[in-house]
Amino acid sequence: MSDKRNKSLLHCTVNGKERDDVVKDNVLLADYLRETVGLTGTKIGCDGGECGCCTVLIDGVPQHACLRLAATCQDAEIETIEALAEQNRLSALQRGFHEKLGTQCGFCTPGMIMAAEGLLRENPNPNEDEIRQGLAANICRCTGYVKIIDAVQFAIDELSSKGKAA
Amino acid sequence: MNEIKPTQSIGVPKPLVDGPEKVSGKAQYSADFLPNDCLVGRIFRSPVSHAEIIEVDISAAQALPGVEAVITGDVTDEPFGILPIARFEYPLAREKVRYKGEPVACVAAVDVETAQKAIDLIKFKYKELPAYITSQEAMAEGTVDIHDHREGNIEREVDFELGEVDEGFEAADFIMEETFNCTEIAQAQMEPHAAIAEYDPERDFMTVRASTQVPYYGHLMLAKTLKMEESQIRMIKPFVGGGFGCRTECLNVELICALVAREAGGTVRIQVSREETFITHRGRPETDVEMKIGMTKDGMITAVDYTAIQRGGAYSGYGVVTILYSGGLMFGVYDLQAVRYKGLRVLTNTPPCGAMRGHGITDVRYAFEALLDKMAMELGIDTIEIRRKNLLQGPKYETLNEMFINSYGLPECLDWVEKASDWKKRKGKMGPYKGLGVACAHYPSGASKPVNWSGEPHATVHLKLDWDGSITLLTGAPEIGQGSTTMATQCAAEVLGVDMSRFQSLTSDSKFTPKDNGSYSSRVTYMVGNASIDAATNLKNILIEAAAKKLEVKPEDVECLGEVYRAGTQDEGLTFNEVVKEALAGTGTIAAKGNFDTLPESWGTKKYRGGAISGSMAYAYAAQVVEVSIDPETFEITVEKVWAAQDVGKALNPLAVEGQIEGSVWMGMGQAISEGTQYVNGLGVTNSMLDYKVPTIIESPPIEVGIIESIDPHGPFGAKEAGETSLISFIPAFTNAIADALGIRPLDLPVTPDVLMELVENSTANKEAAE
Repeated sequence: MSDKRNKSLLHCTVNGKERDDVVKDNVLLADYLRETVGLTGTKIGCDGGECGCCTVLIDGVPQHACLRLAATCQDAEIETIEALAEQNRLSALQRGFHEKLGTQCGFCTPGMIMAAEGLLRENPNPNEDEIRQGLAANICRCTGYVKIIDAVQFAIDELSSKGKAA
Repeated sequence: MNEIKPTQSIGVPKPLVDGPEKVSGKAQYSADFLPNDCLVGRIFRSPVSHAEIIEVDISAAQALPGVEAVITGDVTDEPFGILPIARFEYPLAREKVRYKGEPVACVAAVDVETAQKAIDLIKFKYKELPAYITSQEAMAEGTVDIHDHREGNIEREVDFELGEVDEGFEAADFIMEETFNCTEIAQAQMEPHAAIAEYDPERDFMTVRASTQVPYYGHLMLAKTLKMEESQIRMIKPFVGGGFGCRTECLNVELICALVAREAGGTVRIQVSREETFITHRGRPETDVEMKIGMTKDGMITAVDYTAIQRGGAYSGYGVVTILYSGGLMFGVYDLQAVRYKGLRVLTNTPPCGAMRGHGITDVRYAFEALLDKMAMELGIDTIEIRRKNLLQGPKYETLNEMFINSYGLPECLDWVEKASDWKKRKGKMGPYKGLGVACAHYPSGASKPVNWSGEPHATVHLKLDWDGSITLLTGAPEIGQGSTTMATQCAAEVLGVDMSRFQSLTSDSKFTPKDNGSYSSRVTYMVGNASIDAATNLKNILIEAAAKKLEVKPEDVECLGEVYRAGTQDEGLTFNEVVKEALAGTGTIAAKGNFDTLPESWGTKKYRGGAISGSMAYAYAAQVVEVSIDPETFEITVEKVWAAQDVGKALNPLAVEGQIEGSVWMGMGQAISEGTQYVNGLGVTNSMLDYKVPTIIESPPIEVGIIESIDPHGPFGAKEAGETSLISFIPAFTNAIADALGIRPLDLPVTPDVLMELVENSTANKEAAE
C-alpha cells in the first residue's frame, strides 16, 4: 500500500549512537524506539502519559516517550534503559533495583529506573521526599514503592562512596 | 582447613533469579516479540451493553487492501471459561452481546492504521435489550435473562448454616448488624494484555505467547475453541507484567489472537490498550455485605449471620468459586461455632469479574472485622483484646467446615503489631484526627482441589543434570513477578546443598516444561516448592548412590555436603563434578522428577454443596495495625504508617516475602482510599490509569513488616502463602483507624475525602438536630 502521509528524516542519537531514520510524522517516540530501533526495554503501559512505563531521557531529562512524536526529537539525545549497563555490568541504580527487590514483575522498572536516573543526574543526593517527588509520575503495582525507595537509596550510597574513593 | 558444609539457600534474602533481565530492559514480555512478518490484530467491540446480534457485516473491511483476515463469532461455536461447569463465553460474541466492549470481530492487517480503518468499516447491526448495570437491577422482577440457562440472572446462590445459629444469637448479650458496600476493583497490573500467535499452516500447528498466569488453562481453551488437538499447540508464557488474578483464567485476547492468526495463515500480534485491559476486567466484584454478629458481654462471639451479593458481570468466570469463598473462608481465623451464610452471585451487563488477589474473602472479611471492631468499642473492650479472645484453640484445629489447620501464627502476629506500633501507649491517646486500627485475616495456600480434576499431582518439577555439572530446573509454574522461579530454585538448591548459581531455569513453555496449573490462589510456593524439594531429593539420592559406588561404601554411609560427597569425616571425598561424572556413566544425562499432591484431609467439607472450595493444605495469617491522620479542613486521609505481621510459615526468601507483604498492604490501601471502577449506562468511565486511581509513590506509607514463622508441618520447609493475606487485613484496619480518629465509622469503600466529609457533616447535623 502506498502511504502518502508526511514523513521526516529524523536525525538523533539513541544510546550514544547516531541514527538517521525516515519516520512517519504520527509515530510516537515510544513506538519508534521499540519497533524501528528495536529497543523493547521501553514499555508501554497505558494509552498516553498516565503510567510512566515508557520514561526515557531526552537530552538528559526524563520524559514519557508516549507523549512525544519521534519526528520532534530532531538532533535530540535519547537514552533508554538499554543504555545504562556498561557492557553487561549493571549500573548502580540497576543493581539497587535488582538487589533490593525494587523490581517484581519488572514492567514499570525500565521507566522507573530512567526516572531515577534523571533525578540522580539532577540531584545526586536527594532525600526521601525528593526521591518520591522524582518518581511521582511512575506507577508500580507490585512493590508498594517501599523497596523502590530502598533501591534508589542503594544507588545513592554506592555512587557517593565511589565519588569519595575517586 | 576450611570447614566444608552445604550451601544454605532457604531463609536467606535472595534477589530474583530473573532480576538482571528486568533491570536491564532485556526481559521480553508478550508485546516485545516483533517478528518481521507479523500482522497487527485489532478487536471490534460492542458499542452497547446488551443486544441481540442481527448482523456483523465485515465485507467492506475484508475488501480493504492490507487486511489479511477478519473474523466474527462465526469463527468458533465452542465456548470457553475457567470452570468446567460454567463455560458460556465465546471468544467473539455469538447471538448476543452482554457488556459494552465485548469483542465482536477481529481484524488482522499489515499495520495498525490499516487494522483500525478496517475496524471502522465493520457494520454491526443489533437489537438492543434492556441492560442491567447493578445487582439490584438484574435481580428485579420481570427482567430479561442475560443467559438462558441462568434464571433471574442468578449465577449461583449459596446457603449454609453450620452450628446452631439461632441459639447462638439467643445466647448473645449484644447483637449488631451493618451493611457495607465495596466498590468493584480492577487489578490494573502494569502490563496491558498482549498475545502473539504464530500459525504454521504446513504443520497445522499453533504457537501462542500470552500474558497469562495460567498457560495450561489457556492451552486447554485454545484447543477447545480452535478445535485443534492439544498436541498441536505450544503455549509459552514470556515475562509477565503482573497478574493479581486478572489472568488466572484464559482471556479472550489470546483466543482471538490464535483464531485470527489461523484465519490469516500466519503470525498476529494483539496488544490491547489500557482501556481494553480494563474492559477485559476479571477484577473484584462490587459486593454488598450485610453482617450480623452476636457476642457475650465479655466479647466472645456466639453467632454470625451474613449475606454477600456480588455483581459478577456478564459471564461466569470464577464467579461460583468467588461466592463460595465468601462463605467458606469466614472460618479459620476465629473460633466460630455458629455461622449462617447466604451468597448471591449475580449476572449483570458489565465486564466479567474474576479472581482478584484476596479472592472472595476480602470484602466479607472487611465487613466482619469492621463490625467486630465496632462492637468491641461499644463494649469497651480493647480491639486487639477482642480478637485474642476469639482466636482458635491453637493449631491441629478443625473448623466447622472441616478446614485442616496445622499451623496458626495469628496470636504471634497480634503480639508483634501490638508491640511494634506501641499500641498500648498510643491507642486512643493520639489526639484529634489521628487514630490507630487493627484487623486480622487469613488466606489459603492453594486450593486443595484443582479446577480441572485430571488425577495428576498438583505440581511436577523436572531437574536436568548434565555432564557439565549444571542443573536446569524446569517448571510450568508461571513466574509473574512474585518470584516463583527463585523460590523453586532455592528449594532445590537447599536440598542438594549447592549454590543457586549451579542452576538455570526454564519456565512455562509447554514444549519443554512439565504442566502446571498456574499462578493463582497462592498455590505456587506451597505446591511447586514441595515438588521442587521432591525432585531435588530424588536427584540427591541418585548422586548419593553414585558416590557410594565410587567410594565403595553403602549409600547410607555417604554424607552430602553439597559440593563434596564423602564417607566419614576423614574421607577427602568426591567433588560434585566427580559424583556427576560417576552418576552419568552408563546412563547419560539425568532427569529427576518431583511431585506434590494434597492430602484428602484438606479437601474441604461435604456439609454443603461447594464445600470443597476453601479447602487448603495451610492458611497464612495476618494482623495489621494502620495509623491514619485526617485533615480537619479537607478530610484528606493520610496513612502515616502500617505495621504488617504475617505468619508465612517459613520465609523461604525473606526479601521476596517482605516485597509480597508490602505490595499486598499497598494494594489493599488502594481499594480502601481511592480505587474503584465506575460505569455510566454500562460504559466504563474509569478505564485509564488517571481515572482509576491507584496510589502513587507520594501517598504511599512506610510499611514495617513482621515475618512470623509458624513452620507448617506440610509446607516446603514449613512455608505457606505470602502474597495475599496482608491485602485483606489492611482495609478493615484502615477504617477501624478512622473510627478511632473521628468516632465515626465509614462503611462503604473506597473512603475518599468527600465521602468522609459528608459522613462527618451528616453526623454533626444529626447531633445538632438531636440537641
